Amino acid sequence: MRRILAVLLENEAGSLSRVANLFSARGINIESLAVTPTPDETLSRMTIVTFGDDRVLEQITKQLHKLVDVVTVVDMTGQNHVEREMALIKLRLRDEGCVDDLQRVNKVYRGRIADVSALCYTSEVVGTSEEIDAYLAAMAEHEVVEVVRSGPLGIARGEQMLSIRQNE
Amino acid sequence: MDNLKQSSNPETEELTGAEIFTRCLVEEGATTVFGYPGGAVLHIYDELHKQKEVDHILVRHEQGAAHAAEGFAKSTGKVGVVLVTSGPGATNAVTGIADAYMDSVPLVVFTGQVRTALIGNDAFQEVDTVGITRPCVKHNILVKKVEDLPLAIKRAFHIAGTGRPGPVVVDIPKDVTEQSMVFSYPQDPDMRSYQPTIDGHAGQIKRAAKLIAKAERPIIYSGGGVISSNAHEELTEFTRLTGFPITNTLMGLGAYPGTDPQFIQMLGMHGSYEANMAMHHSDVLIAVGARFDDRITGRLDGFCPYAKVIHIDVDPSSISKNFRAHVPVVGDARKVLRALTDELRDGKYTIPDVSAWWGQIGEWAKKDSFAYQQDMDGEIKPQYVLDQLYKQTDGDAFVTSDVGQHQMWVAQLYKFTQPRRWINSGGLGTMGFGLPAAMGVQLAHPDAQVCCVTGEASIQMCIQELSTCRQYGLPIKIINLNNRYMGMVRQWQDFFYDSRYAMSYMDALPDFVKLAESYGHVGMKIEKPKDVEPALREILSLKDRLVFADFVTDPRENVFPMIAPGAAHNEMILS
Ligand SMILES: Cc1cc2nc3c(=O)[nH]c(=O)nc-3n(C[C@H](O)[C@H](O)[C@H](O)COP(=O)(O)OP(=O)(O)OC[C@H]3O[C@@H](n4cnc5c(N)ncnc54)[C@H](O)[C@@H]3O)c2cc1C
Ligand SMILES: Cc1ncc(C[n+]2csc(CCOP(=O)(O)OP(=O)(O)O)c2C)c(N)n1
Ligand SMILES: [Mg+2]
Repeated sequence: MRRILAVLLENEAGSLSRVANLFSARGINIESLAVTPTPDETLSRMTIVTFGDDRVLEQITKQLHKLVDVVTVVDMTGQNHVEREMALIKLRLRDEGCVDDLQRVNKVYRGRIADVSALCYTSEVVGTSEEIDAYLAAMAEHEVVEVVRSGPLGIARGEQMLSIRQNE
Repeated sequence: MDNLKQSSNPETEELTGAEIFTRCLVEEGATTVFGYPGGAVLHIYDELHKQKEVDHILVRHEQGAAHAAEGFAKSTGKVGVVLVTSGPGATNAVTGIADAYMDSVPLVVFTGQVRTALIGNDAFQEVDTVGITRPCVKHNILVKKVEDLPLAIKRAFHIAGTGRPGPVVVDIPKDVTEQSMVFSYPQDPDMRSYQPTIDGHAGQIKRAAKLIAKAERPIIYSGGGVISSNAHEELTEFTRLTGFPITNTLMGLGAYPGTDPQFIQMLGMHGSYEANMAMHHSDVLIAVGARFDDRITGRLDGFCPYAKVIHIDVDPSSISKNFRAHVPVVGDARKVLRALTDELRDGKYTIPDVSAWWGQIGEWAKKDSFAYQQDMDGEIKPQYVLDQLYKQTDGDAFVTSDVGQHQMWVAQLYKFTQPRRWINSGGLGTMGFGLPAAMGVQLAHPDAQVCCVTGEASIQMCIQELSTCRQYGLPIKIINLNNRYMGMVRQWQDFFYDSRYAMSYMDALPDFVKLAESYGHVGMKIEKPKDVEPALREILSLKDRLVFADFVTDPRENVFPMIAPGAAHNEMILS
């Protein structure tokens, strides 16, 4: 089962490798990982997507929490949350006449053209991972030459916030 | 120089990183350091040389330093301290660090590092110590400037010694030890991200008490966590109050008196028939500070099929990792056992009558599964030596061991009645642990009887430490159960490889008597059963000397009972 975790950790050299190490040492794949400092620069926030059953997830959550640098771990999978991923997609259209096609798909998926050159268009798409998958499928008849995806970011809906004290 | 320092103002006086290092150790009360010098730590060694408060013990190999610090820590409950140089000094210590990690031993390991400006340049004796040790430490810290040193040390001791104990590595570049600053030691480790849960949840404790009150076939299964939490008295009180049978893991021996009738011996792969059968048939399992290791559980789907599990552990990740707990209680064993005992005494519960269960356990115990036969005209049985050792030390010695058959026989036959007396390597199973660990124990307890039970293969993995023992006059008694085989390996080859002894035989063994003598110790060789008793008497009476006693034992003896890997508790091989 797909899982999405939010992690607050000390913004220190080595913190990221501790987390990465933990997954590899326990034989669990990280599907995606996004990390940046928070407005409080002493902290970083990670969104991790991984796969596993309840037992694996319980163990990985506990192990993450056990890392001395980790402040808070929340499994957002079952919680009401907003999830967004960004993709940059470089395309070679079948023929120039297909720009309408591209714009139509962009409209449906809230994409936009971020760059254009003689041979390629680069579109920028923000949405759930499924929406990005769907966008790519919709463009399948053109030549998708390069795709870069950020991996999802997640945040709880409503008033709930990820705070330092969450796990106490 | 000394006068100058005394007259200067401590508020403004600047100290170098190396001076600060020794000051911090004194602040932590860490006055015994096991180590080995080298370029990156020479400023520190120079400081150690100038002062008297911190004792430095010079080992002969950095692995020995780490194990010695483990022996010191396990036998005292204090944090053990190691100091090694960069590069090979650090890599040599890694086995000991991993050992401490697996067995939850509190250590602070200081490693020298190349100058900060050289880090990442493949400098002389540079290794990425923080990277290498990351998977086998509780935490590690690279100190980048002297201003960070006091807090790094404060945190290292705090992290190592609290919650689930473990090793912490502090990597100190050489230039940090020469930079200076005005020193003050922080009182508070100030860590928002590290706050172990100590008190058990009151609701969970009530649920546990309810389950206990309804038990018909209960068993207490306790481990190393009871010892790290100093909860032996609380465990004993709880066990006596309930009248339940209790078994200990290899790491938990001594937390409950091994001579007590409620104690049904060690459980697991080489545990007693009654302990494993009682586990298998139990309906309520009370696990305290034990981590359901695979040497305990055997095949998981055949493990404790009827039991509701109460699991008390300070580390939430130990709970439901291998086996589902029905009533998890996160907290310190001592606090939780106290609260649980108080709850049971509250009058709301009746302690169940488990006499029928005891009747069943009594039947199982009749198998006498640790029994052996010593033919006084035959070869020396290793168990006989340990039986005699137990008797002659009144069960009161500190016993360290290496890894193999000899280790299991001590666990089965030496009835420890106090915690922190049995010091061995369980999780990593590190051959070479026994002798350096015994040094740490003897240094912490100068007047105590310290015995190292070992095998002719294991002892050779850290034999160089005989030289350290000589330098510091450590009167350790080495009981070498010399079966000329890597016995534990040979045993598996007997059972699972049709007795094809691939590389488990040790040809060209040294003459251990001469070897001991060349290091300045007493060596003895004992070959006949009738000599065992008098020889041990003599060995133990040589109060001021290290004695290397080479017992030539039956090379074919195997450890029973045994649960084969992948088998269940009710599928024991008894002989
Ligand atoms: C050759 C060989 C054979 C072996 N055979 C056996 C065998 O037959 N039987 C056997 O038992 N073992 C055997 N072992 C040892 C085995 O590998 C494990 O090391 C051992 O079983 C683990 O013991 P434990 O569960 O007590 O855990 P430990 O490793 O001692 O872990 C302690 C647990 O307590 C917790 N804890 C720590 N501090 C506290 C606290 N303050 N409060 C609460 N909880 C705390 C920790 O989080 C952890 O979960 C063998 C080892 C070797 C090398
Ligand atoms: C460093 C290390 N290498 C290998 C092993 C695997 N191993 C476990 S027991 C054992 C044999 C130990 O032989 P000995 O010390 O003579 O003890 P015995 O079993 O004969 O009592 C070996 C090789 C180990 N535990 N540790
Ligand atoms: Mg041997």
